[in-house]
Amino acid sequence: MSDGALLEVSELAVAFGDLRAVRGVSLTVEKGQTLAIVGESGSGKSITSLAVMGLLPAQAKVVGGGITLDGVSLLDLAPDELRRLRGEELAMIFQDPLSALNPSLTVGYQIAEMFRRRRGASRAAANERAVEAMAEVGIPDAAGRARSYPHEFSGGMRQRIMIAMALALEPRLLIADEPTTALDVTVQAQILRLLRERQRAGLAMIIISHDLGVVARTAQSVIVMYAGQAVESGTVAEVYDAPAHPYTLGLMAASPSARTSRRGIRPIDGNPPDQAALPTGCAFHPRCPFARERCRTETPPLRRLPSGRASACHFAEEVLAHDRTAGA
Amino acid sequence: MTEQPVLELVDLVAGYRTRHGLLGKRGLVRAVDGVNLTVGAGETVCLVGESGCGKSTVARAVVNLLRPVSGEVRFAGRSLAGMDRRELRAMRREVQLVFQDPYASLNPRMTVRELITEAWRIHPGIVPRERWDAEVAELLERVGLNPAHAARYPHQFSGGQRQRICIARALSVRPRLIVCDEAVSALDVSIQAQILALLGKLRDELGVAYLFITHDLGVVRHFADRVAVMHLGKIVETGETEQIYSSPAHPYTQALISAAPSVDDWRDRGDDEIMLRGDVPSPSNPPAGCRFHTRCWKADERCHTDEPALEQRGVGHPVACHYASVDTGLKAETRPR
Ligand SMILES: Nc1ncnc2c1ncn2[C@@H]1O[C@H](COP(=O)(O)OP(=O)(O)OP(=O)(O)O)[C@@H](O)[C@H]1O
Ligand SMILES: Nc1ncnc2c1ncn2[C@@H]1O[C@H](COP(=O)(O)OP(=O)(O)OP(=O)(O)O)[C@@H](O)[C@H]1O
Ligand code: SF4
Ligand SMILES: [Mg+2]
Ligand SMILES: [Mg+2]
Repeated sequence: MSDGALLEVSELAVAFGDLRAVRGVSLTVEKGQTLAIVGESGSGKSITSLAVMGLLPAQAKVVGGGITLDGVSLLDLAPDELRRLRGEELAMIFQDPLSALNPSLTVGYQIAEMFRRRRGASRAAANERAVEAMAEVGIPDAAGRARSYPHEFSGGMRQRIMIAMALALEPRLLIADEPTTALDVTVQAQILRLLRERQRAGLAMIIISHDLGVVARTAQSVIVMYAGQAVESGTVAEVYDAPAHPYTLGLMAASPSARTSRRGIRPIDGNPPDQAALPTGCAFHPRCPFARERCRTETPPLRRLPSGRASACHFAEEVLAHDRTAGA
Repeated sequence: MTEQPVLELVDLVAGYRTRHGLLGKRGLVRAVDGVNLTVGAGETVCLVGESGCGKSTVARAVVNLLRPVSGEVRFAGRSLAGMDRRELRAMRREVQLVFQDPYASLNPRMTVRELITEAWRIHPGIVPRERWDAEVAELLERVGLNPAHAARYPHQFSGGQRQRICIARALSVRPRLIVCDEAVSALDVSIQAQILALLGKLRDELGVAYLFITHDLGVVRHFADRVAVMHLGKIVETGETEQIYSSPAHPYTQALISAAPSVDDWRDRGDDEIMLRGDVPSPSNPPAGCRFHTRCWKADERCHTDEPALEQRGVGHPVACHYASVDTGLKAETRPR
């Protein structure tokens, strides 16, 4: 375990019956650092983070691996201990902000309740802290807006309220699952800035996003997931400068950018894998421009490369040497 | 220009009747409030802007799902309002709409073959019946689907494949214009790029024109010939794509572009992007003067009262801002935070 590790996930495996949604994922989040998880839709990003939170859907089961927070195994905690941890040490912003708010209670009441229940604050003190929490995430006229119901806020405001709730009890680790995907760029910019400020104040984060630009604006390190596994990991600088896995290379080439003139975006051929019938060998091989015979038969392990980063490709060195401007 | 544009919007006003509002009076939300836009044959014009600015309302008016309050939608020079039934039928063929959610627009009980041939049943004469099988196979091939899967149902396909089915269906009537309303927004980056490549190929091979609606500025830059930036029911800036991206002159466009995170520019952490303060105003109660003035760092008295017209203001393309300038006029320390 490295020095500053707050969260350690090792070889995590999660299954829905016979379907293996997460197949041996390891990751580390250091104190005050942000790790990004990127990857194809259905690759297991949300399930991995729900496992950390102890909030997996009923049909899902952790079938292998471990999760520790500050050395304490979360998988062995009693349900009420885990509940205490959530909100106080661990908090999550979900993909869909409306689903996490009670439509029939005012927003101020819902935040204040956290302070009353968790911190034993008096009604007046809790209300005051709720208004503070809303003001902190940039809601204008927070005292007045605390009396509004969730549907009276715009999507961006609701997302900020979710962030206010997640941050209210000053958790040590925040998991943000696609926190800005549904938002306009202007609102997204406000929220990313807010998260960066909290990060500077010492908050550790996992941010899940399919937008590589968003990741670059928040995270120091990144893991790339494909078909339930981490296929590449490293610092943002390492991975963005020179991807070491063909899927990452493809993802970068396929991402349109508002900042560069038509460099041409290149799609990744083929379709995302069917989690119930994964290809043999390397799960990416049917779509991979680097694939050879070996890829069809032999599963590439996630292995360390000299610089300290890791890739699960038999030909990682070749991918690294690949000139991105020349086309895959 | 010698060639007749496929689509012209002339002072288009469109919106929705509402009941609430002060005193429960009936009102009209002018979601689109005086839009002028032209799409030439084989051209791709992107409409971008924040959620609620009226993009889908434009799309609905173009495909005749929503009757304009005033102004005109002209298709190949003919006004929609003046068309008789026969002309409207023909028009419905030539303009196709592809939505964001491919599943919602595909009848789950119809096979892919039935979905594609549906229009041929309704409009006899497009493809003779004996050619249907061959034509279905060709269309599926064209959009990158396996022709052997024609007997399958929509749920047997992935999201990206379903969007391909929608495109195959739109193409089945040989349209001149496809209106894509957030057609790639819900897709994975890798699949989104496939669909964009497909649309680009169809443009080159068949000369289809696109009115492409999205809020994703990255997609626009890589796909559009021309861009129209929409804010609260009005177009505030328009021009050739590279013009707009390299020298945006409306403060709103400048804010949008500076706020868009980019994979190419990943070292930029966005610490000096232009941050807009405040919420987007509502189209049911738009601000007087320039509708952007509540969020604009350049706004002064004049912006509160005088509405700026969309016109040439010495920046090389039309802009609707009294103080249009390629320079944001912001020093780092005075940027709105
Ligand atoms: N409730 C469920 N029942 C059965 N399978 C599920 C369920 N939720 C998720 N899965 C499966 O688990 C896998 C991982 O899902 P997950 O939600 O983690 O994907 P993701 O990477 O978050 O994707 P996205 O980017 O679309 O949010 C998928 O293949 C999915 O089909
Ligand atoms: N059926 C309706 N009745 C009343 N108002 C509507 C209706 N549909 C849309 N509106 C309003 O009209 C305005 C423009 O809506 P529109 O759907 O055109 O926006 P948009 O630009 O497509 O947004 P988005 O990016 O969220 O799809 C919004 O303020 C919206 O609330
Ligand atoms: S192991 Fe083979 S198929 Fe997998 S990513 Fe590497 S080259 Fe491609
Ligand atoms: Mg998810
Ligand atoms: Mg819309």
